[in-house]
Amino acid sequence: MTATTVTLKIDGLEVTVPEGTTILKAAKDNGIIIPTLCNLEGLSPYGGCRLCLVEISGSPKLFPACITPVSSGMEVTTQSERLTEYRKMAVQMLLAERTHICSVCVANDHCELQSLANQLGVDHVLFERNWTRLEIDSSHDFLVIDRNRCILCTRCLRVCDEIEGVHTLDLKLRGKDAQVIMDLDEHWGNSCSCTSCRKCAKVCPVGAIYIEGEPVSHTKHKDIAEFITERRQRKWKQ
Amino acid sequence: MRKEIVINPITRIEGHAKVTIFLKDDQTVKEARFQVIDFRGFEKFCEGRPFYEMPSITSRSCGICPVSHLMASAKACDQIVGVTPPTTAVLLRRLMHMGQMIQSHALNLFYLSFPDLLLGMDSDPAERNIFGLIEKQPDLARQGIKLRKYGQEIIEKVAGKRIHSSEWIMPGGGKWPLTKQNADYLHSNLHEALDITVKTIAFFKNCLEGLEDEAENFGNFPTYYLGLVTAKGGLEHYGGKIRIVDAEGKIVADQLDPATYYDYIGEAVEPWSYMKFPYYKPLGYPDGTYRVGPLARLNIASHCGTPLADEELKEFKKLGKNGIVQSTFHYHYARLIEILFCLEGVKEILEDPEVLSERVSAKAFVNNDEGIGVAEAPRGTLIHHYAVDPQGMIVWANMIIATEHNNLAYNKAVTQVAKKYVNGKRLQEGMLNRVEAVIRAFDPCLSCATHAVGQMPLDVTLIDSNGKIVDRRVR
Ligand code: SF4
Ligand code: SF4
Ligand code: FES
Ligand SMILES: [Fe+2]
Repeated sequence: MTATTVTLKIDGLEVTVPEGTTILKAAKDNGIIIPTLCNLEGLSPYGGCRLCLVEISGSPKLFPACITPVSSGMEVTTQSERLTEYRKMAVQMLLAERTHICSVCVANDHCELQSLANQLGVDHVLFERNWTRLEIDSSHDFLVIDRNRCILCTRCLRVCDEIEGVHTLDLKLRGKDAQVIMDLDEHWGNSCSCTSCRKCAKVCPVGAIYIEGEPVSHTKHKDIAEFITERRQRKWKQ
Repeated sequence: MRKEIVINPITRIEGHAKVTIFLKDDQTVKEARFQVIDFRGFEKFCEGRPFYEMPSITSRSCGICPVSHLMASAKACDQIVGVTPPTTAVLLRRLMHMGQMIQSHALNLFYLSFPDLLLGMDSDPAERNIFGLIEKQPDLARQGIKLRKYGQEIIEKVAGKRIHSSEWIMPGGGKWPLTKQNADYLHSNLHEALDITVKTIAFFKNCLEGLEDEAENFGNFPTYYLGLVTAKGGLEHYGGKIRIVDAEGKIVADQLDPATYYDYIGEAVEPWSYMKFPYYKPLGYPDGTYRVGPLARLNIASHCGTPLADEELKEFKKLGKNGIVQSTFHYHYARLIEILFCLEGVKEILEDPEVLSERVSAKAFVNNDEGIGVAEAPRGTLIHHYAVDPQGMIVWANMIIATEHNNLAYNKAVTQVAKKYVNGKRLQEGMLNRVEAVIRAFDPCLSCATHAVGQMPLDVTLIDSNGKIVDRRVR
């Protein structure tokens, strides 16, 4: 059986990929890097951060590359002035939504949001900042969540549910008020489902979930989800 | 009826500070006040943050000697978790702190103070900076830059980053050991740094001869002196206990536990300044005015404990009666001796086989609800005091920084200089420079570096008794 393939153009480059592939994956497999934040290889796509927006000719709309599947004859643009403006705005909104003071953050210099801001040239925030005072939970023996730095990317939720398989983490409330919770909004130290596997801390792109007393540069391993997924498929046997 | 002369902002020190000089009717100076008008309120800001973030927060948001804040803060955190850091962790913290001391003192001397001293107080402000020094004294300037770099490198090799290296430090020690490669690198460059320091001291002592007038009138007044000393009364920057000595050299109090500082240090408040005014409680306010910093440390210490610095300390003590040097001007000499002391200390630490041990932290969680950490910052005794909830969130914080300890002394010093050099209704360049220089001698802040070069932003206003501006100079 041969898989059906689709041919399309990304930034003028003609590429052929299996049907159902996302634009993000198709681009990446062909050496074109689209900025992302919520997306993480090995986890189901979420489409929340809007950093991966791309243009598709024939449509005035912008599409999140991480959840938009390719289709035949599509012409995708991944870099343009308009896209950069939108991406910058997305980063600024994330920075404004909660309390982000890089200089005193545990993840300073090892933060995906910070490095995206640098990459895109975000040197100021045009929106009024919400200096949130949300609860910091350090009741767990070594895991800490500072919700003031959470960008609601849900990577931790997904890794906990899809990879570790315990679904300790979830969200309460909506929109900008949403917060990551443990079990039915317990303190982390009282959670009976958490296995203390640390995967959430490994994949959190910012300084929201971290391990107390360990340098973030040593504890972040966002490739963990992809690694485990591949191992599970026992790819080395094929 | 009084007139005011306002010098604002004081250039080459951090934050916005201004000096107000009050004139009497006969145009002579009544008194002068040094005001810090930039209130940052970190203590409030810290509430609700996890305690282990304090080293990073305080070192970042204050900017006065980041590494010293890291030390005082980490020591307070050690108490909260209730552990003694392993020997190697203490060695590395000390090493890093010596790096800070060297770089900060070198910055003050070569970038900020030598231009005043060597190019002359009355010289053009546009040239009275490190660039002017490079032009007039190229070797000296270059050596100063090297020495400062060496201090920065120590910090970098221990903790990763030169200026803000808060990731390394943690309650109970540090996060990673020192590599052999980094230790060797530091050791191989030590000799040159020592050499520069010894030469600079000789050069400086030579210059002293032409500067008797400054030495005499630069905040030369009796106060108490406070700082940390070792168990034997030697010079100490990281550990030790507190000693207080009076203007006659008598030890007023010794081996006071820093953890009970509030028993003997009071903090007064004045309506005209955001800074607090600490004083020695048994003597009351304001009689209990004391000075901290390099001069104070050398005044209270009976010895340094390293051969070269001990030699130099003996000479230093000869400058005063009973070994007590009063003139704020001699902060410079004191800084040089401390650089020497630190470099000798760096050598000792690097040659200690323990320094490369992998055991650099004792891990523990919150075990106490309070912690107090004290260290000698380049500018003087630094106290951090935190209270936490059972989860380790800060519920209350108090910090006493060097600039505050010296607060009362600043005002005395500025008044003294103003009385000597301010006269009449017009502001002379040389007078302004001297008022600035006396404040800089105390070295209120590290980030002065930001104002260190180029044209100095100086706004001077002279107001007569009717509140009318009679003279104003902006440069
Ligand atoms: S440590 Fe593991 S089990 Fe616990 S919340 Fe994080 S991902 Fe889930
Ligand atoms: S805690 Fe981290 S991983 Fe989880 S949603 Fe927030 S930012 Fe994403
Ligand atoms: S990466 Fe596509 S929306 Fe976040
Ligand atoms: Fe400063």
